[in-house]
Amino acid sequence: MTTLGHLGYWATVALLMTGLYIVIARGHLVKKLVGLGLFQSSVYLLYIVPGKLVGGTSPIVDQGARVYSNPLPHVLILTAIVVGVATLAVGLALAVRIREAYGTVEEDEILAADDHDG
Amino acid sequence: MLLAHLPILIVVLPLVAAPLVVLVRHGGVGWAVALGVSAASTAMSVAVLAEVPGTGVLSYAIGSWEPPWGIEYRIDAGNALVALLVSAVATIVLPAAKRTVLLEVGADREYLFYALFLLCLCGLLGIALTGDAFNVFVFLEISSLATYALIALGRDRRALTAAYQYLLLGTIGATLYVIGVGLLYLVTGTLNFADMAQRLPAVVDRRPVIAGLAFITVGMGLKAAIFPLHAWLPNAYAHAPSAVSAFLAATATKVSLYVMMRVYYSVIGAPTAFGAEPTGAILMALSIAALLVGSGAAIVQRDLRLMLAFSSVGQIGYITLGISLASAAGMTAAMAHLINHGLTKGALFLLVAGVALRLGGTRFEQIAGLGRTMPITSFAIVIGGLSLIGVPGTAGFASKWALVVAAIGAGLWWVAAIVLASSLLALAYVWKFVEAAYLSAPPAGAPARGEAPADVTVPALVLTAAVVAFGLHATPVLEASSRAASAFLRGWP
Repeated sequence: MTTLGHLGYWATVALLMTGLYIVIARGHLVKKLVGLGLFQSSVYLLYIVPGKLVGGTSPIVDQGARVYSNPLPHVLILTAIVVGVATLAVGLALAVRIREAYGTVEEDEILAADDHDG
Repeated sequence: MLLAHLPILIVVLPLVAAPLVVLVRHGGVGWAVALGVSAASTAMSVAVLAEVPGTGVLSYAIGSWEPPWGIEYRIDAGNALVALLVSAVATIVLPAAKRTVLLEVGADREYLFYALFLLCLCGLLGIALTGDAFNVFVFLEISSLATYALIALGRDRRALTAAYQYLLLGTIGATLYVIGVGLLYLVTGTLNFADMAQRLPAVVDRRPVIAGLAFITVGMGLKAAIFPLHAWLPNAYAHAPSAVSAFLAATATKVSLYVMMRVYYSVIGAPTAFGAEPTGAILMALSIAALLVGSGAAIVQRDLRLMLAFSSVGQIGYITLGISLASAAGMTAAMAHLINHGLTKGALFLLVAGVALRLGGTRFEQIAGLGRTMPITSFAIVIGGLSLIGVPGTAGFASKWALVVAAIGAGLWWVAAIVLASSLLALAYVWKFVEAAYLSAPPAGAPARGEAPADVTVPALVLTAAVVAFGLHATPVLEASSRAASAFLRGWP
């Protein structure tokens, strides 16, 4: 029961570690950004999952409903999603500029070019 | 009336000015607006700092939504000082930025530079002044995204890879911070720092609190470039436009260090963070490693900017060492070094900006004979270097001395000894500059004797003068730091 109840957390940890692994292990700059996106989305899950209660309704005062879900995490995560989109946009823009300047988006080739520059 | 709204005006002014600068699309206007806004923020920070005497706390409810439901700006002697450092450094750096930005970024993108600069300033000030954990994250990302773009505007293509690397690590750091805040939010149900501090003692299950503490430490450690999380810093500082290096080196990591102090002392509380959990021991070990590795790596650099950047890694170690002592004396030393090192590094990077402007580069073979080609700049760099070493008569001495005294006060003689020994490493890299500037002949084709233009040199010399003034008369900084330290230790009840 506990394991199942913690399903949201397990998913969070899985996304977190997968994303981090991709950022570290991949050499392709765009793939790294995909990993970064996964890494960030784990946080969305961490916040949203506990906001939902079994049988809870939208937080609108009503005669029948007694249990309300917490709307605040959703609002917070909307902000975080916007931040994530902006980060991805800046990251991709940098990847495009790096491609223009180096002719490649592979990390090892960029490092080799930098070493060559001295 | 207006006075009551100062806390929010400090942050909103640069935020509103940034899109206006983009709309006007004029570099000169953008520069003037940025300078005006920074100066206004500095004046307002001074007013706010004066408003919070010894024990005072200034609370501002945004949109009149009472805390803890609304977002609260909560200002005491600690963060008012950080806001003053950030806005004052911006005001001093901007006059020097005009010429270097025109040269390094280009006239067509000049206005965009100032818009980004204003956003970065807004973010850093917001982090310093807000009393809301999630608000810190939002401002952190505002300042970070602006910073990535600012660094990418640097002179050559290595600035792009430096910015990309910083984007990856900075985003990971900010995300880890949000995870930590999320865990604290789950057990307390609040995001307001002061409210969180009140509710934490009643939390039965400590494990999420400890995990949150760990996540926030690593996340902010990444943003503050605490060893071994400093990989992004040297390249970012070395390849960014000169004005950006000077501004970031003096402020960006300092603001993240402030957040760590706030979370440790005002939210989690020293008894938990440093008593029950080994935060202090871990932080101390990392600080000592930073002192030795940062300063050691600075010695072997072949570029003056990279040398200064690695020196920052070491100097940040002194600040975190002060934090890790978990005492009033340690925190005073940490705050004093935060300010003194900010001024010193700001001065040095501005001086180096002048050098790069005249000589076209800052590699050691290029700056050979600098004592003869640019005598005033060269002498000022030596003064800044003496402050990095911690020689009496410079600001660096006052805070390092406070740190040594604090370490001895805590009975940690060996830590005090390591601090003194690490000064020898700083001596080694500063000597490397002296050797190049005074004991080598200028390379063939070096420009004739003369300084960089006055608009670059004068701001740099103003900061250098501040380094000497706060070295000879350390009382103002030490007293302000001591007030800040007691504000942190008292917390936000």
